[in-house]
Amino acid sequence: MSEQNSVAFVATESIPPSPPPANQTGVVKWLRENLFSNWQSSLLTLVSLYLIYVILSTFLPWVLNGVWTTSSLTECREVLEGRFGACFSVLTERWNQLLFGFNYPSDQYWRPTLAFVFMLIAIAPVLFFDLPRKMLAFTVAYPFVAFWLIWGGTIMAPIVAFLGCAAAAFVFGAYGKNNFALGFIGAIVAAFAVWIIGTMLIPDGANEGAWLEHVPSRDLGGFMLNMMLGVTCVSLSIPLGIALALGRQSNMPLIKGMCVIFIEFVRGVPLITLLFVASVMLSYFFPPDANVDLFVRVVIMMTLFSAAYVAEVIRGGLAALPKGQYEAADSLGLDYPQAMRLIILPQALKISIPGIVNVAVGLFKDTTLVSVISLFDLVGMIRGPILGGSAEWNGVYWELWGFAALLFFVVCYGISQYSQWLERRLATDHH
Amino acid sequence: MSELAIEREIDRSKMQVSDEVAIQISGMNKWYGSFHVLRDINLTVNRGERIVIAGPSGSGKSTLIRCLNALEEHQQGQIIVDGTELTSDLKNIDKIRSEVGMCFQHFNLFPHLTILENCTLAPIWVRKVPKKEAEERAMHFLEKVKIPDQAHKYPGMLSGGQQQRVAIARSLCMMPRIMLFDEPTSALDPEMIKEVLDTMIELAEEGMTMLCVTHEMGFARQVANRVIFMADGQIVEQNEPEEFFNNPQSERTQQFLSQILGH
Ligand SMILES: Nc1ncnc2c1ncn2[C@@H]1O[C@H](COP(=O)(O)OP(=O)(O)OP(=O)(O)O)[C@@H](O)[C@H]1O
Ligand SMILES: [Mg+2]
Repeated sequence: MSEQNSVAFVATESIPPSPPPANQTGVVKWLRENLFSNWQSSLLTLVSLYLIYVILSTFLPWVLNGVWTTSSLTECREVLEGRFGACFSVLTERWNQLLFGFNYPSDQYWRPTLAFVFMLIAIAPVLFFDLPRKMLAFTVAYPFVAFWLIWGGTIMAPIVAFLGCAAAAFVFGAYGKNNFALGFIGAIVAAFAVWIIGTMLIPDGANEGAWLEHVPSRDLGGFMLNMMLGVTCVSLSIPLGIALALGRQSNMPLIKGMCVIFIEFVRGVPLITLLFVASVMLSYFFPPDANVDLFVRVVIMMTLFSAAYVAEVIRGGLAALPKGQYEAADSLGLDYPQAMRLIILPQALKISIPGIVNVAVGLFKDTTLVSVISLFDLVGMIRGPILGGSAEWNGVYWELWGFAALLFFVVCYGISQYSQWLERRLATDHH
Repeated sequence: MSELAIEREIDRSKMQVSDEVAIQISGMNKWYGSFHVLRDINLTVNRGERIVIAGPSGSGKSTLIRCLNALEEHQQGQIIVDGTELTSDLKNIDKIRSEVGMCFQHFNLFPHLTILENCTLAPIWVRKVPKKEAEERAMHFLEKVKIPDQAHKYPGMLSGGQQQRVAIARSLCMMPRIMLFDEPTSALDPEMIKEVLDTMIELAEEGMTMLCVTHEMGFARQVANRVIFMADGQIVEQNEPEEFFNNPQSERTQQFLSQILGH
């Protein structure tokens, strides 16, 4: 309008909203904008396409020609008759060994499988907090159920384990409110008292003729062992990491010093060293007749290891919170545990999610290191009994390692997708 | 900084000062390391009094007010709040903190909780009020600060003025007997300053004991019954607002007032 050019202007009518100009959409436009916008990008596109073609043209026939039903590599070669193809038969034939190890009684495979299914149910309410809170009751019972399912033996063992934890929770609930340290130490003492007394009460040979056949730890193996180590160590190391991070912030010099030394020591040592310590030396620290299970020793070491990393990640999250949050919590009269649980940790943990997931994924993959201390996890199975120990399958590297990589990838990718979902879900700052 | 005019009539009928002492500070000194921030502070605040603390930047206003609920520790002297002496005893500190509400310059709402949860958290966990009752109480105070319809939003979705009013409501939900304000309007745009000041005036009209660090001299003139001027960690002058603004005694005060009022 012409008036708009003069200095004084008053809008005489309001401009109604109109839709944005119609986008020129379509495949050709998209291609031109994203892949062929100029000659450099066109060149890159063509080179990339060629590379993808080269990779797929070798990989696809290899997979599609794959043989699934023979019983040795030699037979595979006969079936393939010189064609280029994979020998997946090793996976089908050794399927149970890859998953459960070579000593787990084959008529009992349903037990770890059931434990795995239960794990999915138990973990669901922890991961997805929209699910009914009542499901957490199952989560609490799960470790003991899984323990009994996988190891079998007398049902007294998981019951004693549960009673010990229950006693600890009770003591902490009774004293922890007034005096955190007293409650904490009391809880540990109570748990050990119940465990020691309980173990003495279980008669020798209770495992014979038990409902579920007893399977000793050394018979566990395969991907099951990786899952067990991964799940146990990750779920133990997060609370321990939180405690270490808070301890590192503590005003009490003794607690602070112990946490700092522990964290710095563990972070400065390779995991593999700790695992060797677990396999040979740790028994010196326990009473001579304790004979602590190798699985437990490995769990202790891996948990301590990743707890130190989790602690550092959470410390970063704590440091990122503005001081005002502490002050607001204090000025409302919340005490330290309340301020931490309700205000500080929810925010600090939210910031720390990517870091914690990083540690969890790393730890899960590092569970394969136990193959070095002669435990037969997935990698140990492939290296030892399957590739090294059997004449039939000596030489099927690609198929076996590819399978192992795929299993780990599926789990780790799932964890990473979950963490992204969680971050989106928890974002309240900007909508 | 601005002398914001407060248009409406202020109801002084309930703004009575009782003889009962709410806060007593005697011979209080505080150091940050070797830096002497608060020097021999003596101050008595009666119940129902509304005190405005003014002074140049760095004079120790925030530090003084933060000592009153032990966000900062004092090294010498005595502070008695609501009959309880502030010592390093955590029980006393928690008790005083739950009796004294505080509003900060940057609101310090909890960003991971909704407005309603921000307001119910402390009553539920500190005062052990049943959840339903706490929510009713929170809605009551949110209505009072005129934002009941935002109750289910998160702090990040509110304007600064709204956030500060939520912060006031959050403190009020603890039913405090004393309210401390540390520059509650200095992070806000002029339009929002007014809505926060209105809320504070309403509180004053209900007889709340208030200590307020602020540069809003219009507010000080109309609501305060004492203005305290601090400089270099010291209380330099205190007087009734009329006298304080029209007839400042010390040179330091005159200089400050001429700067802030832009004469
Ligand atoms: N944590 C601290 N450590 C050391 N010195 C501090 C600390 N906090 C504040 N100070 C110093 O103490 C003095 C008083 O600070 P205070 O925040 O009380 O001032 P103020 O009067 O509130 O100023 P403003 O109007 O800028 O908010 C300042 O010189 C400041 O640099
Ligand atoms: Mg200040």
